[in-house]
Amino acid sequence: MPTIIEKIFQKHSEDKVEVGKEIWLDVDLRTARDFGGANVVKNLLENYEGNYIDDPSKTFFTFDCNAPANTIGYANNQQICREFARQNGIKVFDVDRGIGSHVVMEEGLAYPGITAVGTDSHFNILGAIGAFGQGMGDIDIAFVFKTGKTWFEVPPTVKVNFIGMPSAPWTAKDLALLCVKELKGKVLGKAIEFYGEIIDKLTLDGRITLASMVTEMGGIIGFIPPNKEVIEFCKNRSKREFEIIYADKDANYEKEIDIDVSKLEPLIAMPGNPANVKRVRDLPSIKVDSVFVGSCTNGRYEDMKMVANLLKGKKIAENVMMKIVPATREIWKKMLYEGMIKDLFDAGAIVSHCGCGGCASGQIGMTGRGEVQVSTSNRNFKGKQGDGDTYLASPQTAAISALTGYIAGVDEIES
Amino acid sequence: MKLKVEGRIWKIEKEGKLIDDIDTDMIYHNKYLHILDKKEMAKYAFSNLEGWQDFPKMAREGDIIIAGENFGCGSSRQHAVDCFLALGIKAIIAKSFGAIYKRNAINSGLLVLECKDIDKANLKNGDYIEINLENGEIKKDGKVVAKTKPMGRVQTAIYKAGNLFAYAKSL
Ligand code: SF4
Repeated sequence: MPTIIEKIFQKHSEDKVEVGKEIWLDVDLRTARDFGGANVVKNLLENYEGNYIDDPSKTFFTFDCNAPANTIGYANNQQICREFARQNGIKVFDVDRGIGSHVVMEEGLAYPGITAVGTDSHFNILGAIGAFGQGMGDIDIAFVFKTGKTWFEVPPTVKVNFIGMPSAPWTAKDLALLCVKELKGKVLGKAIEFYGEIIDKLTLDGRITLASMVTEMGGIIGFIPPNKEVIEFCKNRSKREFEIIYADKDANYEKEIDIDVSKLEPLIAMPGNPANVKRVRDLPSIKVDSVFVGSCTNGRYEDMKMVANLLKGKKIAENVMMKIVPATREIWKKMLYEGMIKDLFDAGAIVSHCGCGGCASGQIGMTGRGEVQVSTSNRNFKGKQGDGDTYLASPQTAAISALTGYIAGVDEIES
Repeated sequence: MKLKVEGRIWKIEKEGKLIDDIDTDMIYHNKYLHILDKKEMAKYAFSNLEGWQDFPKMAREGDIIIAGENFGCGSSRQHAVDCFLALGIKAIIAKSFGAIYKRNAINSGLLVLECKDIDKANLKNGDYIEINLENGEIKKDGKVVAKTKPMGRVQTAIYKAGNLFAYAKSL
């Protein structure tokens, strides 16, 4: 019996969907961001003559990497996209709007069961709402813009069962880091489906956090079967009916992996490798220079709320610089209207405009050599966020580290 | 299609071991992402990979790269493929590839081949090898030293056509 990805693919393909086979796939939602977008345009102009876009109503640009552009390169590339978009009737979610993969959910353009692609390697984040999303390079995306189709090798699916419930305080990020550690090397090029009591407890924001790090696990996509909250959200936003795709009971998984989460607690990935995950409390005392809260992994409202609650009425440690970047303008607005911005400001943090921010040398700056940064992002490969050493952790751990001035978990703070 | 590919090899290794998890920032750092000219991209191939920063100066047209597991993991940037094409790299053999990287390479007509046992093939930097794309055999001095996984249907078709756009015209 088919797995979730196989069912979604079969609904979008005339070819027979079989694991390991290459099929042609109809793509419902086609996007390019400021990163790669100009190259998509270039590919289209070089390879076709007019008539570049299969369906403008399904095609979008989303600018998020560097928003607003702070390098001439990004500024030029964004303008190339804008002009192409105007000429071809494509809507642009410009630098004001936030991270593209989140904007398409907020806008109701992505909903359960669809297929979507973008020039963003974390576009598989849409697994959080039970949709197929995939990041691709600019040649692939140009081809999809033009034809509405893409080729794809049907990946096998691995079923991940989370066993037990943690008794210690945990966050979705700690769960995601645990998965990167446990699944790295076991899911390369495969789809994942996540199940277990802990999944049922995850909010939409938590699901986004988990799904966003499937890329770091090496997987193609991680599906989290939608619960009531997700279905309601997507219905409200998309204003349409959709079929929710669940796997059959005896779906043909390549393998099942059980992960015990009963001892889950605050975790942290050591600099240079998202899979080098340790317990926060096992770390020696490490002085922190800067803290970044944001990214497609942890730039959600709940993440911001968690940090604001911890920081409210307090001051971050002296000599710590804390940068906060909400994922989207919608989240920014809520933070503003609910007074969170004031709380964060008073605590000494910098709250920046929405987008990817500090994740990939974006608008909020980078780290310098020797700088120790605690980041809520998803990657800490050498050089990605600058020359410094970046640790990956939850917003909770990040906020506590900002307050104490060294990397610290939840048990090291008085409430 | 040229069914035989031959060339001089570069084993991307550290302390005698093929490097695993070479990500797209090590291949082509994000600070050069605004570059649109492929010739220019060639200058930065591996420029953020310790010990291999001089690769663009050492590589020659027609060379073959050999790497470890999960080559090209990370971001979806096409630059990380284009920089090798611009250098004239003919093929990359790795134990495994990041999924997006593999697609990007296939679509651009850069030959990417998976070979789990490539480190057991007893090859040294500067050796010449010959790859038979039909049966996957890798030969050195006429002797088979390893075997790659066969290419898929679409991969073969795109490679034959040159790249994805050329292939699409033939559909
Ligand atoms: S936040 Fe970082 S990982 Fe996420 S989409 Fe932006 S650049 Fe990519």
